[in-house]
Amino acid sequence: MTAAPLIEVEGLRIDLADGARHVAAVEGVSFRIDRGETFGLVGESGCGKSITALALIGLLRRPLSIAAGAIRFEGREIQGLSAAEQRALRGNRIAMIFQEPMTALNPVSPVGRQIAEMFVLHKGKSWREANQLAVEALANVRVPAPERRVKDYPHQLSGGMRQRVMIAIALACDPDLLIADEPTTALDVTVQAEIIELMRNLCAERGTAILMISHDLGLVANVCSRVGVMYAGRIVEERGSDDIFRAGAHPYTQGLVDSLPRLGSRAALGRSRLREIAGVVPAIADFPSGCRFNPRCAQATEICRTTVPETTWLGAGGLVRCHHHA
Amino acid sequence: MQAASSGATIMLDPAVRPDDDVILSVEDLAVHFPLGGGLLGGGHRLLRAVDGIDLELKRGECLGLVGESGCGKSTVALSLLGLLTPTRGRIVLDGHVVTERRSVDRKRLARIAQMVFQDPYASLNPRQTVRRTLEDPLRLHGVTARSEIDGRIAEMLRHVGLRPEQAGRYPHEFSGGQRQRIGIARALILNPKIVICDEPVSALDVSIRAQIINLLLELKESLGLSYIMISHDLGVVEHMSDRVAVMYLGRIVETGGWRDIFERPAHPYTQTLIAAIPDPLRRAPLATARGELPNPLDPPDGCAFSPRCRYAEAVCRREPGPSLETRPDGHAVRCWRADEIAGQLPS
Repeated sequence: MTAAPLIEVEGLRIDLADGARHVAAVEGVSFRIDRGETFGLVGESGCGKSITALALIGLLRRPLSIAAGAIRFEGREIQGLSAAEQRALRGNRIAMIFQEPMTALNPVSPVGRQIAEMFVLHKGKSWREANQLAVEALANVRVPAPERRVKDYPHQLSGGMRQRVMIAIALACDPDLLIADEPTTALDVTVQAEIIELMRNLCAERGTAILMISHDLGLVANVCSRVGVMYAGRIVEERGSDDIFRAGAHPYTQGLVDSLPRLGSRAALGRSRLREIAGVVPAIADFPSGCRFNPRCAQATEICRTTVPETTWLGAGGLVRCHHHA
Repeated sequence: MQAASSGATIMLDPAVRPDDDVILSVEDLAVHFPLGGGLLGGGHRLLRAVDGIDLELKRGECLGLVGESGCGKSTVALSLLGLLTPTRGRIVLDGHVVTERRSVDRKRLARIAQMVFQDPYASLNPRQTVRRTLEDPLRLHGVTARSEIDGRIAEMLRHVGLRPEQAGRYPHEFSGGQRQRIGIARALILNPKIVICDEPVSALDVSIRAQIINLLLELKESLGLSYIMISHDLGVVEHMSDRVAVMYLGRIVETGGWRDIFERPAHPYTQTLIAAIPDPLRRAPLATARGELPNPLDPPDGCAFSPRCRYAEAVCRREPGPSLETRPDGHAVRCWRADEIAGQLPS
């Protein structure tokens, strides 16, 4: 085996078709995730983090399409695969969990059947065997009384239990990569902590890599070993999660951290005005030229308005894209 | 924005003199919802959304109300505004008693307390211009002179960081943060004394939240407002609040100054809540409470938190939580073992 990463994204561009006009919602996005690694993408709404994830799993639909770049899974280009091959990859090797399990689960099918389906479709098991495996899968995600719970419909379960079911479905076939798109945003914090713990433990046991997508800096920093910060369709900084928020190199990363009312900061530093990031997140059709953060950046100069910043490599494989990086 | 059609009624009792210090007091508030029997003839059940809480808001103060979904914090907010009829209890807003089954003076209430909602997309009428949204309450409250209306709208828009010439626009022409500014302007246009903020920044982008939090704090100072700040985001609550009340399953389990709650949390639930928040600058295992919020229709015996509590003993499972004993410093905890476990943060 060569050292091909589990998944590698190179120069990804995703276009949004608006009539005859195409605008790039995601541009020049590259990253790699190794086997068993945890990688996070953070950013605000519209930054392109979720559609990047959908592209990885081959679920982009019109008006979105991949316009340039390559996605390689174990060295093989995903776009080159037939629809059947993509389907086999999806669910079996790459699985995904979504923010709102209520909308991702089928409301008219018992949850046990939805888990069993994975074993029937991807592993060729009989329904009888699959139903038995579904009970085990529910037990693995610590659902109490799994042999009874398999008969429940999604609406009979709490939000946390539904997300456990989603995780059971996603991990049913022992995928190599789990994509988790805001997996706990709809949940209360104490339940979030449990679900994160569960996801982390199960993936560590099985060597499953995680791509976690979130707007919550704290969550990503705590779950992932490496983090990419996205802004307006581009990755502006990528670092190990110990460094990225403590010593952000990009003004946007620094601005995000400084704008947070972090628990404990009032006690330590007193209540001061929170640092604001001026302006608003640009709409996809109005991405500014040059560095896309320049209209909101206190450090912006002429070059920021005209020229897209090059990648600057930092230590330990980190990178930043800013003309005036720290 | 003041909903006109709920069952609550408001009585203004001239016998109650406004306390100079306390602008809002809540005594033994309970809101129970009777639920009909099921389709198959199950018995009638009672949902105790809020079950006997006391609150006090002082003039110029921000009181944070925290807890997870279903703990009853939004039900409290609706009761304060007279939008829900409490099952029992007494609410006094700036000297006016909000009680049940008496003559209404909803308009008076609207000039005392207003609300800022979570979702600025859903809480603004998409077919009304900003001017119309701000003008209607003024007209309803007897401001009819064109020049005064225009003047007050322009002033209010400037207060919230918008330009008066934007008044002719519709909500969809604004960004999320600007829409929340409109929501704040609407809440403030009648010069209320109390503003209830129900998750005012959770629907906004992270980079926009600081703008709105700063704005709310500035307005509180410049207009002399008092806030009830409802949020599940403890960072926001710690930043904004003077005092904090923590709710669990319809009851207050701990209340005190913000330092008491965040630096010396005494209730195991408060401790868990705080330790469950992931910090971007510190990687640490997140504390978990076993299981989830119990079904409020079928609350556990004993202390409501006992099934999830790491410190629970026999007494906790047998006896309901003790009454909220207020210490001299104003810190109050509803826990049988509070003295033994105070100050510990679960790791």
